Amino acid sequence: MTTLPTPAASPSPGEQADAAVAAILASALHGGERGTVVDSPPGAGKSTLVVKAARELVVTGERLMIVAQTNSQVDDLVDRLAQADPGLAVGRLHGSDALPGEIAMRHPGVVASTKVADLRELPVVVATAAKWQWVKDTDPWHHAIVDEAYQMRSDALLAVARLFERALFVGDPGQLDPFSIVGTDDWAGLHHDPSQSAVVTLLAHNPGIVPHRLPVSWRLPASAAPLVSDAFYPFTPFRAGTEPGDRLLELGPATPPPPPGLAPSLARAADEVLDVAAESGWGLLELPARLTVRTDPEAVAAVAAVVARLLARGGETRSERGSAPVDAGRIAVGTAHRDQAAAVRGALAALGVTDVTVDTANRLQGREYDVTVVLHPLSGRPDATAFHLETGRLCVLASRHRHACIVVTRAGIPELLDAHPSTEPVQLGVVSKFPDGWEANHAVLEHLRRHRVAAR
Amino acid sequence: MSLLTTLARLEAVRAGVAQPLATVRHRHLAERPFVLVPLAAAGETGAPLAVLLGQDRENPRLLTVPQPLDRDLRFAFLARLGDELLPYLESFGADVELLERSVKDPESGEKTVEVRELCADAPQLVVPNPGAMELLGLVGRSTRFRRTAEDVDPGPYPVPARVPLLGRWLTHLSERSNVPGSSLLLPLTTTLSRHWATGQSSLEDAHLGALLAWIAPPPGERGERAASRAENGRDERGRLLVPPAGPATDPAFDSLLLSPAVTRYDAARAAQDERLTRARAEEIDALLESVLLPVWHQVWQGVDLLRTLPPAAHVVERWESDRWSYTGHRDRVAAGEPPQPLRDDAVTAARKLAQREREQVRLDLEEALDDPLAMAEHRLAGQAFAGEVVEVLPAYDTSGRSPKPRPLVTVRTEDRPHLDPGGEVHRAAGPAAQRAELVQLDAEAGLLTLRLLSGMGRKKEPEPGTVPEAGEQVCFTLFELSARQSAPLPEPEDTPWTHGGPPR
Repeated sequence: MTTLPTPAASPSPGEQADAAVAAILASALHGGERGTVVDSPPGAGKSTLVVKAARELVVTGERLMIVAQTNSQVDDLVDRLAQADPGLAVGRLHGSDALPGEIAMRHPGVVASTKVADLRELPVVVATAAKWQWVKDTDPWHHAIVDEAYQMRSDALLAVARLFERALFVGDPGQLDPFSIVGTDDWAGLHHDPSQSAVVTLLAHNPGIVPHRLPVSWRLPASAAPLVSDAFYPFTPFRAGTEPGDRLLELGPATPPPPPGLAPSLARAADEVLDVAAESGWGLLELPARLTVRTDPEAVAAVAAVVARLLARGGETRSERGSAPVDAGRIAVGTAHRDQAAAVRGALAALGVTDVTVDTANRLQGREYDVTVVLHPLSGRPDATAFHLETGRLCVLASRHRHACIVVTRAGIPELLDAHPSTEPVQLGVVSKFPDGWEANHAVLEHLRRHRVAAR
Repeated sequence: MSLLTTLARLEAVRAGVAQPLATVRHRHLAERPFVLVPLAAAGETGAPLAVLLGQDRENPRLLTVPQPLDRDLRFAFLARLGDELLPYLESFGADVELLERSVKDPESGEKTVEVRELCADAPQLVVPNPGAMELLGLVGRSTRFRRTAEDVDPGPYPVPARVPLLGRWLTHLSERSNVPGSSLLLPLTTTLSRHWATGQSSLEDAHLGALLAWIAPPPGERGERAASRAENGRDERGRLLVPPAGPATDPAFDSLLLSPAVTRYDAARAAQDERLTRARAEEIDALLESVLLPVWHQVWQGVDLLRTLPPAAHVVERWESDRWSYTGHRDRVAAGEPPQPLRDDAVTAARKLAQREREQVRLDLEEALDDPLAMAEHRLAGQAFAGEVVEVLPAYDTSGRSPKPRPLVTVRTEDRPHLDPGGEVHRAAGPAAQRAELVQLDAEAGLLTLRLLSGMGRKKEPEPGTVPEAGEQVCFTLFELSARQSAPLPEPEDTPWTHGGPPR
């Protein structure tokens, strides 16, 4: 076992995190700036912070509005708020064609409505940015919390900022940037470029705001935090909340015979990469180099094989939360494109696996699993486009797991990267993002190479 | 690139000729478009060198700047460009139709009828490629703020009277061309590539000569050979056989011919020999015409090719948006408003982005509805399915006060939509907007049973013709078939603190 490079006198992860949270709450409640920004690496207790901040604000008698980005994020937040304080009345504002989820509505204190007037007097009202944009004829709230603020677009903030006086913006700068389906070069370099993230616009117009940081990832295991921190957050490093050895993944023996439809050689490779990942936290299952269509049938089959073998062998995770069996609900598959996710779902169903989450990086943002299986965004591609190189995409896919992450890919990605250096035009006034996807991809692959299993 | 486009490109390679990507023409094409082939001078961004233009393909007008770095010559050129272009642009302003709409008075709440003018037609400029479009935008940007001799304070460098007005029109056209599906300013290469897949990369498709060589190769010749000759063929003096469609010129042409000619022109001017200067300028004209004329003919050939396709059903609607855009600009000029600002403020930028995103969604939907080849891309991606109705069973929703029709329709399809029971689909090309949900799926047999949820009238029995019958061909999509409304934004003077407050 190796020791963390922290001096003995330094505070524990828990103390570090508590100090950060206290400073954030002081700034949000009484700071001199109208906005407070919190940068949070993956799994650093962002949601816990939002719940805590909401409760502190409510205690002071303030009414609070919360802005999240998707309906499932809103439902999750409502659920967490209600769990933390069952006596708290929470308003769930929603659109007429997007009914609130059961997970939110199972709490007696939660009131849902499509009209803000019905919820105006409640201590907390939660809705998506898209829904808040349509709210009118109401006095502004004194306080707002904007969750996943780095995924909110500047133009959405422009439409909702009239609803609050002060706001706490919480988000992960390393995840996917907001995007547009049309070209946005017309506004590149402007402080208020409507297509950039809300936080970037806010900080550009309010230079007095200094972002706070959450320093500890409670999700990522000790095997993953240093890699993710180095590759994606080189200037704002963070640490794992647990020590090496605190998290264990113990798999059952590779004895159950593979089901019909799963080639024995592929099953063997899947078993092997699972053993590597259980031991080290990372696994790379590499298929022979080949240019393929997006829904590469062999890569899809390999992803499905890993998931199917993991479930067939069974096993147990041990962590600071105790031990739990590895079941379908704790496994996720991540892809770059929706058609790839659909293809993996189809391949899994053919092997009799149905309950595993399979989704794109965009939809996996903010989610947490024990084991993740990732289809590499560049696998089988002839080119490395800005979409597939995006730092945030790889960061999301490589930071959803508490125990182990297995990446499935075609060989030859380092060569592909070298053949496609970044050629994005430099725009005046645009702060270049560092690290770029090219650099981050190389860093991650370099690390994964040590955990490689070849499939034939 | 979608799977279907990749396949079409592969087929083009095998066949040696471009393959259709569309069965209809998805852009408006005027009966007599105004074609404009501009060239830019090397060495200075946005410096015009020459333009060949007009509506008569047999009789183009040539305008040139013999010394492109000379500002006086440049603005004289732009003044002549304005003389050619402005009468055409303004000629559509007079013929209007009157549209009535009822508006609510914000104070009294009373409804009044408002009559608005909409120009019956609008101008259309056809240029070879996006580069030409960008050049026109740059020219617009560099001229719309210039002061003229007619201004109260003309400043030290007044430009000819109508140059700033030309700049405002060019700015408007270039701005409008950023709206997906718009056709006031049409770049030919992009429009042709939307309708044909060649056997070369999309980067190579940006070369008009090579693109046309694939779409209409000379008889007996394969596309790749014709395209390769168009790109690389040179005569014994090293000049390209097919000159590039601009706005940049062939560097070999620049150094071998153009640059010496400009030097001779400068010398004649320095010697103040008017007759010789005119002769030297005519030499430059002849040189530039020799590289512009082939492109001129290519552009008209491209227009002819587009005309072979019948217009798509929604093109008229989209052209109406262009007409509104034209009418709006006409009104702003007439009202004496100042030129478009150099940069958009926060609210204007957000509004424009919302409009472009809405129009992009609308364009994708309309293309899919108008064109089975466009719909095929969605079907191949699992986002739509088409097939034959094999069974229709009447059924009712009796949960409310009066029963509502909820018939079950079973469709046999060879498509494999990414759809699970409970998922919502939308009927394409039905008599009215109609939603349905998947009730049962038999993937082996390709049978999908849908429950129709809307679009059947208010009675207990569906209105005749609203429910498909057995044997009928139907198509459903997993995505909604109309673009969503954009959320309201504040007025610029209400820009919030997060965005720097109101513009100063």
